[in-house]
Amino acid sequence: MTALVPVPIILPLLGAAVSILVGRSRTAQRAIGITILTAVTVVSIALLVAVDRDGPLATQAGGWAAPLGITLVADRLTTIMLTIGSVMLLSVLVYAIGQPGAERNHVGFQSVYLILAAGVAASFLTGDLFNLFVSFEVMLTASYVLLTIGGGREQVRSGMTYVVISLLASALFIAALALIYAATGTVNMADLSAKMNELPSGLRSGFAVLLVVVFGIKAGLFPLFFWLPDSYPTAPSAVTAVFAGLLTKVGVYAIIRTQTLFFDDTTRPATLLLVIAAATMLIGVLGAIAQDDVKRILSFHIVSQIGYMVFGLALFTVAGVAAAIFYIVHHIIVKTTLFLAGGLIEHVGGSSRLSRLGGMITTAPAIAVVFIVPALSLAGIPPLSGFVTKFAIIDAGLVADEYILVGISLLVSLLTLFSMMKIWSGVFWNPKTDPVAIEAGDTAHSRPVLMVVPTVVLVILSLAVAVAAGPLVELSERAAGDLLDRRAYLEAVLP
Amino acid sequence: MTTLLALTAALLFGIGTYLVLQHTLSRILIGLAFLSHGANVLLMGSGRRGRPPLIGSGSPDLFADPLAQAFALTAIVITFGVSGLLLALSYRSWILTGRDEVEDDVADRAIARGGQPDKEVADEEAWHHDATIDRDRTPQDTQPAGPG
Repeated sequence: MTALVPVPIILPLLGAAVSILVGRSRTAQRAIGITILTAVTVVSIALLVAVDRDGPLATQAGGWAAPLGITLVADRLTTIMLTIGSVMLLSVLVYAIGQPGAERNHVGFQSVYLILAAGVAASFLTGDLFNLFVSFEVMLTASYVLLTIGGGREQVRSGMTYVVISLLASALFIAALALIYAATGTVNMADLSAKMNELPSGLRSGFAVLLVVVFGIKAGLFPLFFWLPDSYPTAPSAVTAVFAGLLTKVGVYAIIRTQTLFFDDTTRPATLLLVIAAATMLIGVLGAIAQDDVKRILSFHIVSQIGYMVFGLALFTVAGVAAAIFYIVHHIIVKTTLFLAGGLIEHVGGSSRLSRLGGMITTAPAIAVVFIVPALSLAGIPPLSGFVTKFAIIDAGLVADEYILVGISLLVSLLTLFSMMKIWSGVFWNPKTDPVAIEAGDTAHSRPVLMVVPTVVLVILSLAVAVAAGPLVELSERAAGDLLDRRAYLEAVLP
Repeated sequence: MTTLLALTAALLFGIGTYLVLQHTLSRILIGLAFLSHGANVLLMGSGRRGRPPLIGSGSPDLFADPLAQAFALTAIVITFGVSGLLLALSYRSWILTGRDEVEDDVADRAIARGGQPDKEVADEEAWHHDATIDRDRTPQDTQPAGPG
């Protein structure tokens, strides 16, 4: 089973290479992309089952033993993220194939997309801090290309912001790595976990905050999120969907991993994280309310939702971290679905601005259904998945006596509902105010079957999360138990 | 020696931060280069000093730490690639807008100005931006240039 651990990284990279070689045939490229991502999904599920049964798996790439070699570790959190991530990547790829635009017109789309998949998988699997930096860069470089594909004016403008802020975060990450390496003499995460305890507590707290800043830029935490709602909406909707679903969550994953593995109760910046969580939730949702564009509203909601995950993590109890993990699973599915639905709205309605849309409840009732289910789920309406996950977080918050944050998260839920209803009435219910708005053109006549099918599948998947909430909560609790206990992880890497 | 490296890194970070805060794209690019150089110098300083780490050239205890150098090399290669991409992007931005400046977000400006949901003015402005790729500043376009 250990041999399977590097597969989610190697397969997409190989696929990307082959995809460049067969660049002349779009059909062959598509077959490669879908085959590879299906295989990665299967491998991830197999790993999840194996890890959940037998404990973490670790492998040393290059044959050097643990503190020196490049370690890949698959524990419960990693495999949960891998599974959900590869399912999203696969569904969005199918959607991108069905959508006129980016995928059809650019030879490189499929291979860059596969490189992105490899980078995401490597970020989850790596057991080495420097390798995490490299994986982030693989993922980000692919995302720069996907974001600016086509080279339109708006894309270049927002792409610049995105690249500059990411490069800045990378420079900070290198600086943090250098300081950590100078202090401890290792970058292996399991090794760091032990050596970090030998440092003075002030230094440890400094590192903890530094790592929160580095990954907070990527995750979109307050006050480091301003690049996010500006840059995401300009990309093609399939690309935005995968960015929204996955990339920021890789940042959240890195925060969860580093905070739980490196630091103990005395040095974790729990209060700081709680304050950040509250501010992220509130500012994100208030920003969303002010917007007029479907994609921009949804982008601000990414920020707001990140706050919930950080809230769960900042409690540093098994219930809190488990709720955060469960929330990530729900959020990845629902957010991706919403952006895919947003793409459908744009495809059929010809615009993503609320002021130019309207009356789609009669012209496109199917889209209304695939939009309203994840929208209500995002707001946390029972019995959808958002209700179950928010309940888990609020329950954990009440147990930990964080009443102010519980109050804020309930308020933010209400505001989320308000902002979702704004999209609902603007796009679907209200009659179209501007009869001479942009013509839908030939898109109205095309049948975007490949766009609708993955969206519907994801809607069903989000319903399935609500139905299977019991086992999923138990799985998240086991994953959170591993994170806070660390022993299984350390034993797997440093036997 | 370590103090000198630390001072160099601090100086590079300082210059980099100043340049990144400017309004001109080319300065931001150079600033980012300074910032990553600073980070790389810091990375070089994080390992032990010593002789070149060559097998057979003496006791391994006297060797410099090769891992820190390997890190720095990797980081340099990555930064080099991304800087290349950024240069290409800013060239593209210059082709499209004719200006070497960071642009404001059209939607942000619209919301800052009115707060009303329907902003046809902003739309027309955006459309106007897209349609005319001229190198001249129309009065509507003029924004206060940053310091420098």
